[in-house]
Amino acid sequence: MTKPRIGVLGIQGAYARHAEMIVLAGGESEIVKYREQLDGLDGLIIPGGESTTMTKVLGFRITHDDILAFAQHKPVFGTCAGLILIGGGVTDPRVRQLGLIDVNISRNAYGSQKDSFVSDISLEFDRGVPFHAVFIRAPLVLSVGGNVTVLSVHENAPVLIGSGMHLGATFHPELTHDTRIHRYFIQTVKEVKDGKTTGSQ
Amino acid sequence: MKKGTYEVKVGLAEMLKGGVIMDVTNVEQAKIAEDAGASSVMALERIPADIRAFGGIARMSNPEMILKIKEAVSIPVMAKCRIGHFAEAQILQEIGVDFIDESEVLTPADEENHIWKQDFHVPFVCGCRNLGEALRRIGEGAAMIRTKGEPGTGDIVEAVRHMRKVVGEIRRLTILDQSELMAEAKNLGAPFALVEWIAKNGKLPVPNFAAGGIATPADASLMMQLGAEAVFVGSGIFKSDDPKQRAEAIVRAVTHYNDPSVLAEVSKGLKDAMSGISAAGLDDSEKMAKRGW
Repeated sequence: MTKPRIGVLGIQGAYARHAEMIVLAGGESEIVKYREQLDGLDGLIIPGGESTTMTKVLGFRITHDDILAFAQHKPVFGTCAGLILIGGGVTDPRVRQLGLIDVNISRNAYGSQKDSFVSDISLEFDRGVPFHAVFIRAPLVLSVGGNVTVLSVHENAPVLIGSGMHLGATFHPELTHDTRIHRYFIQTVKEVKDGKTTGSQ
Repeated sequence: MKKGTYEVKVGLAEMLKGGVIMDVTNVEQAKIAEDAGASSVMALERIPADIRAFGGIARMSNPEMILKIKEAVSIPVMAKCRIGHFAEAQILQEIGVDFIDESEVLTPADEENHIWKQDFHVPFVCGCRNLGEALRRIGEGAAMIRTKGEPGTGDIVEAVRHMRKVVGEIRRLTILDQSELMAEAKNLGAPFALVEWIAKNGKLPVPNFAAGGIATPADASLMMQLGAEAVFVGSGIFKSDDPKQRAEAIVRAVTHYNDPSVLAEVSKGLKDAMSGISAAGLDDSEKMAKRGW
């Protein structure tokens, strides 16, 4: 069976680390900078970085609309700034969101870098061992819509959420060596690819 | 829950990869930089070219000016302290700067010792001219390394020299035998554990950025192709005739650093870059890169 091919949006941010994690988690990875590349992919990760930078550079060789069209039938996973981009609720004109997940997000809600932190969290789909989560100037999920599944919380706020075939994290699973979240996403990608699910998990 | 750990500090550096960090001296410039797609801004009272021209002692910027910039933008804000001036660093950490640059652009406060950066919760970036210098800074706790280049000149030659030197020395370590690493650590003047780590992994344990003399999209691309993971642009943007367009062009050039068609497109229509001064024409006493060790 061929490995699922997962793209990592390579506009700005921690895209190389995600690409390494995809390979460790059993997928093939590709850094995506052009809309033409989307055709060959089974799933897409939008990495952490700066959401204002990504908003600005999206529209040049690959656009918001290209990713929206892709997300209609393929899974997308956003981490930190990537979750901001695929979510909703930000009123700042410097950031354009895709609304793939029904979630209200507050940017840099924990404060500046000196308030960035690590914390062990529990994953709904694998409760055995805690996940060491790295939060960097993290966004805060204020509320989620009815079709959103909360897969992990930190201090009562959702930090890992799923909606249909899409996935979002306010932290950075790519900065650890724990591949469980990437494997979870790849499993969804495989199921969508094989037609086992249409996205409603 | 823990704050200020090594992985949290390096984590922010990871998020800045593939981006452009721009020097800004006021709120208006900071907004231009953010709108152009800067991944971070460096708040300072005078850009390096003006520090050169102005002379005198260059110190940490006024915290009030830095705070105004922090309020105006949502991207991370960096600020510089003098080499070895840990009290300036304590102030910058206190006001919530996201990254501190212990920088040779300012007048050094200590000619023997750099700041012991492991004591801080906020991450530090430090300049280097070679691998030994990079590893000494990482040993002290730096979460990001950048080339020194020759700040404020608009001349890329020193940044190229430093990046090639660092990358070349890393490559050399990967082919040495284990029994040769201690002697190499001695030659480099670097902590042995870090030398051994690099011999195994073939890269620095923290992100490796370029700085010092980048003035055009082509300069940014050159540094990325030589191995930089992001670039700092100091004087190059706001000393040019078209800061906004140039800032946007350099951001796109970094994303598409290995695509000549994009580089050609974004380079078209730009006005004059900063006129600059030749780094080769500077006396050693005028070279900022000579500060620190």
